Amino acid sequence: MSGEAARISAHLTRRARWGAGEIAFWIGLVALIFVAPSRALLINEILIAGLFALSLDLILGYAGIISLGHAAFFGVGAYGAAILASHGINDPIVGLVIASLIAGLVGLASAPLVLRGSDLTRLMVTLGICLMLGELANKNSWATGGADGLSLELTPIFHLFPIGFTGQRNAALYSLAVLFLLFALARRIVQSPFGLSLRGLRENRLRAGALGISAPRRLIAIYALAAVYAGAAGALVAQTTQIVSLDVFDFHRSADALLMLIIGGTGFLYGGIIGAALFIAIKDGLSTATPEYWEFWIGLLLVALVLAGRERIGARIAGLLPRRARGSAA
Amino acid sequence: MLTILFDGIAYGMLLFVLACGLSVTLGLMNFVNLAHGAFAMLGGYATALLMNRCGVPFLATLPIAFAAPAILGVALERTLYRRLYGASPLDQVLFTIGLVFMAMPIANYFLGDQPQQVHLPLFLQGRVEWGGVGIGIYRLFIILVCGAIAAALQMFLIGTRFGAQLRAAVDDARVASGLGIDVDRLFTITFAIGCGLAGLGGALAADVVGGIDPTFPVKFMVSFLIVVTVGGSNGVLGALLGALLLGVLDVAGKYYVPSIGAFIIYAVMVAALLIRPQGLFARSGGR
Repeated sequence: MSGEAARISAHLTRRARWGAGEIAFWIGLVALIFVAPSRALLINEILIAGLFALSLDLILGYAGIISLGHAAFFGVGAYGAAILASHGINDPIVGLVIASLIAGLVGLASAPLVLRGSDLTRLMVTLGICLMLGELANKNSWATGGADGLSLELTPIFHLFPIGFTGQRNAALYSLAVLFLLFALARRIVQSPFGLSLRGLRENRLRAGALGISAPRRLIAIYALAAVYAGAAGALVAQTTQIVSLDVFDFHRSADALLMLIIGGTGFLYGGIIGAALFIAIKDGLSTATPEYWEFWIGLLLVALVLAGRERIGARIAGLLPRRARGSAA
Repeated sequence: MLTILFDGIAYGMLLFVLACGLSVTLGLMNFVNLAHGAFAMLGGYATALLMNRCGVPFLATLPIAFAAPAILGVALERTLYRRLYGASPLDQVLFTIGLVFMAMPIANYFLGDQPQQVHLPLFLQGRVEWGGVGIGIYRLFIILVCGAIAAALQMFLIGTRFGAQLRAAVDDARVASGLGIDVDRLFTITFAIGCGLAGLGGALAADVVGGIDPTFPVKFMVSFLIVVTVGGSNGVLGALLGALLLGVLDVAGKYYVPSIGAFIIYAVMVAALLIRPQGLFARSGGR
């Protein structure tokens, strides 16, 4: 092994280590659920939104694929979990795994369509696919319940811990466990050579190609993976609220995830979770203050963020962090 | 059957007037303006409020439905949009979604979430039978007005100096500005006209879509995008054909196969993007 390769591999190993701050972050999340059981519903919502934003970050932040219809996979996961539960597969974990895989398959099937063309085309194809799936769910009411939605009957996790309205703390813990496992996997993936090659593609497709990195397969792989993550988030929403309706395919859901990611920072795995927490806290605060008009302030925030230059703000915040934290955050 | 075709054409004409501004924005500056529907909403509200609160006759409100969004468009273009021309599509999308998120609560705050109805004057109501085909008079009115607008736009683009400059700038903004064309000014004017037409379209559409309400920008955003993607982003003709195709398919689809409803038009959009990413009716060989 040449010196350069050894240096790179040592750098990757060093970056793969979990820092103290990260460990504290996750322990803090567990503690939060136990300290504030009355807020378990809100925490659960944040965890799931965080997983959804993380999924969007995998394609947007790491691979540079822009999407306006990421809710497509969220919706497939949610309806997948609900339909499985209505056909006798009542174990939440089995339902979650199958529903996420179905979403992943949809992602795999739609990836070649999405990856063609320019960013503009991509925006509209993703949006179109999401709308098509939403319309399918709306019209095939024999399976999805149409506009009435579906409710889920689930057995307790491991036949011990009921989730849902009677077990909101369990539900939050369940979502946290899923989020943590998928986060750890994503962390591993983005720090692997595969993850590095994706970032190379994002920065300069032509130059990455010249280095012998072939784009299409890698992008399809990450797109399908992100679809699995989004499907898991959707399945979690369906299972913990015990109801799904057509709003899982809403344009708003895709837009909100994008917004969370922008608030928290793209290309940074914790960005989605932090952004989700901030977004939902802001939304919660605003919607108690002005129930009908909170969207205005969210819109204003978005416009202000873009005009002020979100890249520059991100760089300035990163500049405040100590060097080591910056290395592990990248 | 001909009645459905007729209604489809009327709907398509409306979509054309609503979306042609967006197609120019996209073609000229490569700018993704998801807030285009907000300008249409403003036009619709202008007509509805002037009629319901001030008793202005329908036809007299239409110029105002054009002017109000056009003025707002110039103001926003000069102050905000301008800063984002070179930005990435992601930033443009975020910015314009932000504008939509702001526009909807503003409308809700001042006007409430109930749809504002536009009551058509008597001479535009009713239907006539003509050779066995039932024709709604208002639909006919829409086709005539929108057809006239389309024809005027086409003449304007082909026949005037401004039109020639605009076409040059759409083909290649950099070379055009190198030849001494003031692309900035060109774009401000075009943006204003596009916003104005959207507003006019909103006013005309109010009756067809059952009133203007605060969710209008999001509900119709998708239709606009489809028109632009199917029609291609250069030229009046492409947008017109795209809009007509969409209008006829949508109306016919909802009538003949209601079980799949809006699925058809979304499928057409995705299919169109896959076959010809630059638009079905776009001139080949462009950028």
